[in-house]
Amino acid sequence: MSANKESWGSRVGLILAMAGNAVGLGNFLRFPVQAVQNGGGAFIIPYLICFLVMGIPLLWIEWSMGRFGGKFGHHSTPFIVDTMGKNRLWKYIGVFGIWTNIAVAAYYCYIESWTLSYVFHSIIGTFSGMDQEAVSNFFGEYTSLGTSTLGIPYEPIVFYVLCLLLNTWILSQGLSSGVERVAKIGMPLLILFGLFLAFKGVTITAGVNGAINDSSVGLNFLWTPNFDQLWSPTVWLAAAGQIFFTLSVGMGTVHCYASYVRSKDDIALNAMSAGWMNEFVEVVLGGAILIPISIGYLGIDRVTEMVQSGGLGLAFRSLPYLFYQWGDLLGAISGVMWFGLLFFAGITSSLAMGTPWIGFLQDEFNWERRSAAWSFGLFVFLLGMPTVLFFKYGVFDEYDYWAGTVSLVVFALFESILFAWVFGMDRGWREIISGADINVPGIYKFIIKFITPLLLLWVFLGSLFTPKGGDWGAAMSGTWVLDNSSIINKLKNIDLKEKLAAATDPGAIEQLQETLFFVNASRILLLAVWLCLALLVYIAYKKRVREGRI
Amino acid sequence: MNTSALIVMLTTIALVTFLMIYFFMKVINTPPRPEPDSYTENDDEVGRQVPNR
Repeated sequence: MSANKESWGSRVGLILAMAGNAVGLGNFLRFPVQAVQNGGGAFIIPYLICFLVMGIPLLWIEWSMGRFGGKFGHHSTPFIVDTMGKNRLWKYIGVFGIWTNIAVAAYYCYIESWTLSYVFHSIIGTFSGMDQEAVSNFFGEYTSLGTSTLGIPYEPIVFYVLCLLLNTWILSQGLSSGVERVAKIGMPLLILFGLFLAFKGVTITAGVNGAINDSSVGLNFLWTPNFDQLWSPTVWLAAAGQIFFTLSVGMGTVHCYASYVRSKDDIALNAMSAGWMNEFVEVVLGGAILIPISIGYLGIDRVTEMVQSGGLGLAFRSLPYLFYQWGDLLGAISGVMWFGLLFFAGITSSLAMGTPWIGFLQDEFNWERRSAAWSFGLFVFLLGMPTVLFFKYGVFDEYDYWAGTVSLVVFALFESILFAWVFGMDRGWREIISGADINVPGIYKFIIKFITPLLLLWVFLGSLFTPKGGDWGAAMSGTWVLDNSSIINKLKNIDLKEKLAAATDPGAIEQLQETLFFVNASRILLLAVWLCLALLVYIAYKKRVREGRI
Repeated sequence: MNTSALIVMLTTIALVTFLMIYFFMKVINTPPRPEPDSYTENDDEVGRQVPNR
């Protein structure tokens, strides 16, 4: 018998936990940057279309799969997918639903620990009186494990361990007493902090407190539609990619949370409620903070340059300084709110990442919740330390790329095919509408069967064979040169090898050679973890056969 | 703000906010199913131990 006797405390708690799982750092840091880089206001059109034809179907698919697996006592993807397809190999596809979470948690908890540390530094006034360069250097020093500002040796590691301990402790408290309780506190606070900062973001006036632009300049920059870009496959690919990251689909967390819902209870409305809550946080709050505030104080040119390397730089290198333009007290409060908001966004997601592993150990090996939670903490710590110690060698980025990007698309593609074509659309549809508190539009039967898998296939192939510079026109006309960001060229380390060939400075050559080594080593490590998990699934399967459960 | 940016922004914000509130209110206002359901906090509520008529 499984040791898993968990359940949710309330329906609102489940929805907040599911929304918390989806709402992450990407809502505030990735979405606005993607929008700016892909047509401004016109990005929202492919983004919302992808949400309707890919995001919502995937949410329904994953909620249904989870609840269906839960009926048989499965709370992690290997055996959830195993119940849906006759082929014995399906459970190894389900390994992605545990592997992704452990690998992503390993580096995600590290960023989460930065936010915790920055909350602390905002409270004690570390950034007060610093100029922008000093705030930026603080971040550089921090991530390279440089001089500690608190006198604590290896401050980032201390915060990382603290963050992991906190996650593990909450997970050990159980689903309703731990995860759900945090979501019930964290999500309302996140929205409250977000509303405050969004209000500040849209009320900046040029010439006041050192602002060089009105908020309207930043909002124009973000929302002015460039409709020409609507015809670019790159923009559609970016929109589809953003839907993945923002909804946390293709990870196995939604399946796990939904597996604790009974078969007579609704999932269709729950999925819509959690999904639209995530969209609200991303589009309404996420769009009103980072870009308007940054452009208000730094100007368009500077921000355009900074967003090339993503939103992390703006969030950690610039905003702590910009907040202090509002005065010492408001600067400190805003810092606490901004990093507090990111922390809540992060922890509600990282807690979700712990539950599939815990569910797997409880179901298959009869582990107690507490032991399973601590094993998760230890696993993540061991896998995460390379991202902390070798951050500057790109280990962090490798984890993010393979576990946090490619793996999501691969697993989502397989699960959509499994659900619509192997399990069968008629049975799948019955699962979606069973106990539903809303009328699910019939058109979704067609969308889930054809459009969603095809879109996912297109996203996967588009990432595998991305043409140089995203120039699909040239690629279609016969000169298909792969971009260095394509999966194939990434795998071959073409970008690094080109830089190495062009480098002349011995120091730079050495750094690139070391980076190449660490990049390959991280891939081997991630592959080894996947194989170990697959072996555990095999052992669990054999155990089930011995016990007559299969 | 320029007109096109303002239209896109306000339309998007209104749509997303409305749908978020609409679905959340629907969750709040939908009566729970009779026990046993998926949620433990309402297990002891009077009148929920027998199916609703």
